[in-house]
Amino acid sequence: MRITCPLCGERDRREFYYKGAALVRPAEGADLDAWHEYVNLRENPAGPLDELWYHEMGCNSWLKVTRDTATHEILAVQLASEAGLGGEK
Amino acid sequence: MAELIAKSPCDGLLPATIGGMSLTEEHPGAMWAIAPFNGQLKVLGKALEAAHGMAFPAPNRATGKAGSRAVWFGRDMALLMGPAPDAGLAKHAALTDQSDAWAVVRLEGQGAEDVLARLVPVDLRPQVFKRGHTARTELKHMMASVTRTGPQSFQIMVFRSMAKTLVHDLKTAMEAVAARG
Repeated sequence: MRITCPLCGERDRREFYYKGAALVRPAEGADLDAWHEYVNLRENPAGPLDELWYHEMGCNSWLKVTRDTATHEILAVQLASEAGLGGEK
Repeated sequence: MAELIAKSPCDGLLPATIGGMSLTEEHPGAMWAIAPFNGQLKVLGKALEAAHGMAFPAPNRATGKAGSRAVWFGRDMALLMGPAPDAGLAKHAALTDQSDAWAVVRLEGQGAEDVLARLVPVDLRPQVFKRGHTARTELKHMMASVTRTGPQSFQIMVFRSMAKTLVHDLKTAMEAVAARG
């Protein structure tokens, strides 16, 4: 499995650390249900899934990677800071 | 106060010559990480150019020359090797002294790419990885920075605490490549 880092180019999977599903962070003041869903509830699709990966051995960027969980095909990669997941400056 | 004797990271480990290739320790002088503040990259680039005569490196590139180099060191970061950074740069970037934190070695000679091919999961052949190209990657599970400094020479860096492992792994790979003849 290889991931094309937006900064470093195509790299081997061993350079990356896996975090989990890439979810949009609830806005400030969101209710308990929204946070419960963000923290605890996950889809578990056999197919494309947005995930967070960390380029630990490379440029130290957090990436949003769209991966097919059935085939491990990497469908899209972008910097997490530009993916609209919340927490932007 | 006690007289302390400064030792370089690879003191007593290098130099080594195996199969026509040489592995030597580099003494680059000061090493400072330069991390531009948000939105300050352009201003910092101009200040770096004015103070040290080199551009802020684009991702996967190094600028400057031997003795005074700026190596891309990760997202929004470069490592200035050689001179201590001009105080004016602190207005536009976070400056961190890392002079004693890294072991720096130079691998040179015919077959250097073959040695690194055994340790680094990145294509470092000359047609792809040219002089002035650099990569943050792993070398046998160690976080490393690899920069091509010449047609057959590389600058390799890992954390200082891993100097002995770095030298061991490089020498083992050099011996294996040399044994193939």
